[in-house]
Order: sequence, then C-alpha cells, then structure tokens
Amino acid sequence: MRIKKVRLGGISVPLISIFLGLVVGAIIMLLSGFNPLINYLNLFSGALGTPNAIGEVFRSATPLILTALGFSIANSAGFFNVGLSGQALAGWLASVWFALAFPHLPGFILLPGSIIMGALAGAFWSGIAGFLRAYFGTSEVITTIMLNYISLYGTNAIVKGVLTSSDADSTPLVPIQARLRTPFLEKLTGNSTFHWGIVISFFMVFVIWWLMKKTTLGFEIRSVGMNEDAARYAGMSTKKTIISSMLLSGALAGLGGAMEGLGNFQNIFVNTSLPDIGFDGMSVSLLATGNPIGIIFSALLFGILKIGGLNISISSNTPSEIVNIVIASVIFFVGANYIIQYLISKMKISHKSAKLISNSTKGGHK
Amino acid sequence: MKQEQTNHNYAIEMKNLTKKFGNFVANDRISMKIKSGEIHGLLGENGAGKTTLMNMLSGILKPSSGQILVNGKEVHLNSAKDATNLGIGMVHQHFMLVQNFTVLENIMLGIENTSLFGILNRQEAKRKIVNLSKKYGLKLDLNAKIEDVSVGMQQRVEIIKVLYRNADILIFDEPTAVLTPQEVDELLETLKLLASEGKAIILISHKLKELKAVANKTTIIRRGKVIDTVDMKNTSPEVLAEMMVGRKINFQRERKSVKTGKAVLKITNLKVINEQKIVKVHDLNLTIHAGEIVGLAGIDGNGQSELVKALTGLKPIENGKVLINDKDLTGASPRKITHNGVGHIPEDRQRFGLILQMNLVENASLQVYNQPPYSHGLFLEPKAMVKMTKEILSDYDVRYSDLSENVGALSGGNQQKLIIARELSRNPSLLIAVNPTRGLDVGAVEFIHSQILKAREMGNAILLISYELEEVQQLSDRIAVIHDGTIVGQAKNEDLTESEIGLLMAGEKLENKEEVIHAH
Repeated sequence: MRIKKVRLGGISVPLISIFLGLVVGAIIMLLSGFNPLINYLNLFSGALGTPNAIGEVFRSATPLILTALGFSIANSAGFFNVGLSGQALAGWLASVWFALAFPHLPGFILLPGSIIMGALAGAFWSGIAGFLRAYFGTSEVITTIMLNYISLYGTNAIVKGVLTSSDADSTPLVPIQARLRTPFLEKLTGNSTFHWGIVISFFMVFVIWWLMKKTTLGFEIRSVGMNEDAARYAGMSTKKTIISSMLLSGALAGLGGAMEGLGNFQNIFVNTSLPDIGFDGMSVSLLATGNPIGIIFSALLFGILKIGGLNISISSNTPSEIVNIVIASVIFFVGANYIIQYLISKMKISHKSAKLISNSTKGGHK
Repeated sequence: MKQEQTNHNYAIEMKNLTKKFGNFVANDRISMKIKSGEIHGLLGENGAGKTTLMNMLSGILKPSSGQILVNGKEVHLNSAKDATNLGIGMVHQHFMLVQNFTVLENIMLGIENTSLFGILNRQEAKRKIVNLSKKYGLKLDLNAKIEDVSVGMQQRVEIIKVLYRNADILIFDEPTAVLTPQEVDELLETLKLLASEGKAIILISHKLKELKAVANKTTIIRRGKVIDTVDMKNTSPEVLAEMMVGRKINFQRERKSVKTGKAVLKITNLKVINEQKIVKVHDLNLTIHAGEIVGLAGIDGNGQSELVKALTGLKPIENGKVLINDKDLTGASPRKITHNGVGHIPEDRQRFGLILQMNLVENASLQVYNQPPYSHGLFLEPKAMVKMTKEILSDYDVRYSDLSENVGALSGGNQQKLIIARELSRNPSLLIAVNPTRGLDVGAVEFIHSQILKAREMGNAILLISYELEEVQQLSDRIAVIHDGTIVGQAKNEDLTESEIGLLMAGEKLENKEEVIHAH
C-alpha cells in the first residue's frame, strides 16, 4: 500500500522541525555543561531585543530571501541549482565593480545600474549551467559546483588584480549614491547595517509569486518541472524553459550578492570561502517548500538564529563552536523536515495498526 | 496448517464485508463465495470497489466489519504475509517485479530458501519453479532479466510467483489489460488449467467476453454493493453490462454513412529510428480522408508508438514526408503540429497526456494556454481558462469534485475523458487516438467511442491505434495492419475478417487476397 502523503496544513511541520532542533541543541548544551535556557533567552533577546538586533536580522534575511527564491524557481523546473553561492558572488562583484567604475553617475542611475549588473552577472553565471544542461544534458549539479569554484577564485583574482591598485584584499567602499544603507535607516535601527535591500527582496517575492502563478512562463516552468514529457507533448520548448528558469534563478542569486555588495559590506574583498547566502538560501527555500511567502519567514528564522547566536557567545562563556552546533542542529532538522513528515506519518500508521492488532486479537479470542 | 477440505466448504468466503474510509463506504456488506476449482468473475465499473475488496482479501486493508472465511474457518488478515500464509495470492495489474533481476530471482524474492550461512539455495528453487512451469504450461526463461522479457512473460512470472508460494486462492486483477490477443488466449487457458487443478480463482475484469469464456460465476458490484451473482452459462454479456453500469449499454457502434472528403493526413515512405538507431518504422504509407476512421491494428511494439511520436513531433523523422491538410509538417515541432489542427490522445495518458500534480484547469489548458483568450502575451487569463474548463468538462461528462483538485485525484476513466475533452473540443481536423479506452469500463468506453464517431461525422479524419482488435473493428472505416514497422495490408473494414487481420498482425501473408492488401 502506498503511504498517503501526510498533509499538515503547511505550517506545523516547519514548527515541529524548529522545536526538535532547539531540543537537540539544548541536549548538546547540557552535555557540554552550559545552560540551554539562559542561552536560548540570550539568543532570542540578541535577535529581537533591540532595534539594532531587529535591523541586523532583517539585513541578514535580505539576501537569503533572494537566493532562496532563486533556488525555488530552478527547483520548480526540476533543477537543483547548487551554484547559488557562485552566482551570488558574481553578482556581488559585478555590482561593486559597476559602482566603482562610474562614481560620477547620479544615484538614480548608478544604484539601479549596479543592482541590475549584479542580477545580470548572476544570470550569466547560471546561464552557463542551464545552456549545458539544455543542449548537452550535462548534470547541473556538477556544473554549478564547479562554476562555484571558478567564481570564488576568479572573483578573488579580480579583486586583487583589477579592482585594487596595490594587491590589497578589499576594494574601497562604493560611492555614497550607490549604497543601500542610509543614515535614516541606521538611525531608525540603532546603527545597524539594515538597508533598503529588504524592499527589493519583498518586491521580488511578489514578482516571483506572480510570475509562477500568473504568467505563461511560470506555467511552462512548473509544467516542465512536474512532467517533462507532458510539457513536450503540449508543445512547450523544454530547452527554452530550462534556460529561462536557470537565468531567473541566477539573476535572483546575483541580486542577493548585490545586496551584500551595495548594502551589507558596501565593497568586495577576498573571500576565503563561498558566501553562506548561497547554501543557506537552499535551506531557506526547502524549509519554505518553495512557497514565496514562506521564504520570507524562513529567511527571517535564519536571520534570528545567526544574529541571536552571536549574542550567546557575547553574553556567556559558551564557545562559539557550541553555538554553531546548536544553530546547525536547528537548520538540520529544518532541512530534514521530510524526515519529520515521515516520522509523523509513521506514528499515525503504527498508532492505527496497533489499534487494528488489538481489535483482531480481541476477535481472535472469540 | 491447511484445513481438511470438505465438500460443502468454500475455499474462500466473504460475509458482509464492509470497508469505510471516513464517511465514504467503499464496500457495503459484500458477500461472495468461491469454491475450489471455480473461476469466479468480479465485475464492476472503475471505482465500484473491486480493488478495495481485493485489498482486504490480500491483507493490505482491514475490513471495518464483516468476516473472511478461508476453508470454512474465520481468519484475520493483518498483513500481506498473513494472506500468503493462508494460500491467498494476488496477480496485480501493474506487475511488481524488479526490472534488473532475473526471472528466477524475482520468483524467489521474499521467500529465499537459504542453506547454512545464508547461501541462496538456487538449485532447489529452480527445480520447484521448473516443475510448476511445466505443470501449468507457463513458459519461462529463468535466466533472462525482467527488463528484457515480454509483458506476457512478466505476467507468467507473476503467476508462478504466487504458485511458488503455494497459493490455492488466486486473485487476478485485470490480467488481460496489457496482453496481446494471443497472450490473452494463452492466459485464459492457464486459468482453466489452474481451476481444474483445484485452485479457486477470482478474476477481476472489465471484459465481458473473457468472463463469458472462462468464468463459472460472476459477481457484479456497483458503488460498493453487490448487485447480483450470476451463473455465466445463462447470462448474456448485455445483461452483465447493464447490471454493471445500471443502464442499458449499446454495444453496436453506429457508423452513420459519412461522405469522405479530401485527404487530411498523407504519410509517404516514413522512416523512424529509435534512440538505439534501430529502425522502428520504414516505408510506411498511409492516407486518411476527412470523415474517415482508419484503424491501425497490430501487436504492441511493431512501430505504433514511434509512428505516433513522429507524426506528433515528439520524435525526429529520419526519412519520408508527412502532409497534414496539404501542408508539409515533416519534423515540425509539437506546437506547430497542434496548431495545424491535430489532436492527440496519447498512449500513456499519465506520462504524456496529463500533469498529475497540476489541477484540472491547468491540465485542460495545456494545449491552449499560450493563445488568446487564455493568455495575452506573458499574462495568463485564469478566468477564461476556468470558464473553458467548466464547459468542456461538462460537455464530456468528466466527474470531479473541485476544479482546483489535482488531476491525479480523478479516476482513470475521468482522466481519459479530460484528455478527450481537451483534444476534441479544439475540433481537430486530424485526431490521433492511441488506445483511447485502455483500462476503462464499458460505460466510459461507450462514451468515448461515441465521441470519436461524432468527430468523424463532423468531417474530421481519425487515426485510431489500438491493441484491442475489437475496438479497431467496431470503429474503423478502413483497417490497416502494421507489422514490423510497416503497413502490411489495408482494406475496408467489411473486407477483412478477424482471422485475416490476425494473420497479418503476426506477419503472415494472405494468399488469395493480394488485391485487397495492396489497395489504398
């Protein structure tokens, strides 16, 4: 018999996942001799206790929303875009580069121009993988992973060799009119790094929702993702759809990178590893099961854990490694919510069969 | 542990079996008795509750109330294993075989006989299987992999599998749905042989002809209730069908005389190769006129799938020409072909015809979503899509509870009706219908046939490809027989007998009918 998919009104599985993650985190802290209660209090007060903290949470969620949207759009078409990090880095580089290259342009041209350059660079980077997949059937998982490395070291080389004069590790800050951070927002949030990027993120959530539900392109992407044969039967061009979904996915990741370049850091520097926003974006999207509104909430959850986690180390002697384990276990359970669904369905079934067995033994004694 | 069998006992008996899913009663106080040596038919429309009933017999579902008696003794089946231990075996419609295991391994799977240290005792198993296959005349190639053997042999593997587990009560779920006419005959012989050996057999089928041929008795169920159990000797197929659907069924397909018009489809010297570069269709010539149904008869795998895919743009054409309404559409894209007035009822409805996880509106719009009024440029017009969906679903009698439900939730018959609604509502000048009624019950078959005939009356050309010869003969004006990738003969329906078609399908030549065969 096929186990029927357990439907739990969408929200309860993520909530149970978070709860289980917190429980496991608490056990780890107890075993290591730290007080989980105090640490969790510190986590939440560190994330939500002050305007500054809230500003940081939103800032940290901003690029995650974009990379998560990017992941979900590729995923809808049936592609596993593991290259979000590399695409985001390409977008980060391109946006900063453009802003530094034209410092005399007025803000209303320079800022949108830099953002668009970021999106284009991300799209170009994922487009390579999309093209290879569509025309040569190359696995997008392998190509995007490799493109990640090219992006990382290529970006570093450009930062050191092209964007800085004396082999420095970081570029100067982008011109003021190209920055997403403004004095107004800093004042509002107690000098946090909160920036206008959140507006772009929310706007893109709406755009992607609309694109997927209300346009022919979205219809084609979903059709190809769910049943490529039927999509072909219906006359859809699978090649075109594959490439457009990968381009969109990369553009969103590139936007995420631009948020880091124009908002959070306002420059670009030599990265020792791929930016987290790519891989975290995948988790955010999976947690939200690709639902655009859900992505906002799960990105905020990631922001809370990241920003609040910092506060644990500051206000107690819990080492940051333990904090990271706790955060990772929450993310693990959240990412593994299929396991939670499976366990729930299993529990329901064993409950049912236990009842059946007790009924039948009663019957057997007759 | 088997009971001593006495004459008055039934091999298996169901008493007032009831199964409820929430408020829905799938089986309502069903009672059936089957003796050893009897073939007992179970007849019912899709969704009548046959599968639920059989799932209770095979231990997969637990009855809400009622009793199951095996050899006169009440039993409680908690798992499929319990059923196996009691000698109940089921041959499923969709085979449950491991594709890259051999036939022998598949039969042994699950009850591997191991010697000390867990080494597989293949020899003993092999001996037993060879004996069984000799005894029942079920030819098997034990060392072949499942993926390499025919559908007919796969089914024989399934049968041996249950016999190997010492089943005395055998349930066959729509066993002939996937077989060629010859294989059907062989299977029916096997069923009779098994019954003569004292097995009790439950045969679930839609096909009245087959039940009439082998069943001693048949129980008809409708909406979860037993309508009647009848003796097959003195019951006509018409009566059975009426009991099954609850109204009179017309088996005669009335083909009104229609004046045929110009050639709509003209295929010349078509050649198609598959992915392995093997020629699947060659030198194929076929012309279909407006107002004409051409039935393509043939055994599965003789190039029908490749022909259809080539005609509909899903597969490249190696050589030859396809003209539709005098327009050269050789190798055109599926969309271009669709826009030139071709409707396609695909062979595999769930793989090609529908996107099961999408809702009814989206599936109904699949062929037209990119044209006004259903979209303008990039923008979909959901209102127009919903309106059209409502109209065609009611026109074609598709039963659904909600337009936003996934098409996967519909029954097989309603899924097929949705495809037919979508394709025929566009009034295509050429309709390509592949096995349009496979696996459907007589009520749905009657409806779909009448719709195809209606399309013919409206002056459309129809290419009907079916593995069911009966269907081809019922509907076609002209019959073409495909064998080994090419058309080996075609003639007016009236000019070919069933046995002549059968010979052509098997690749034989008709000695005295040379002129008929080459007539176009």
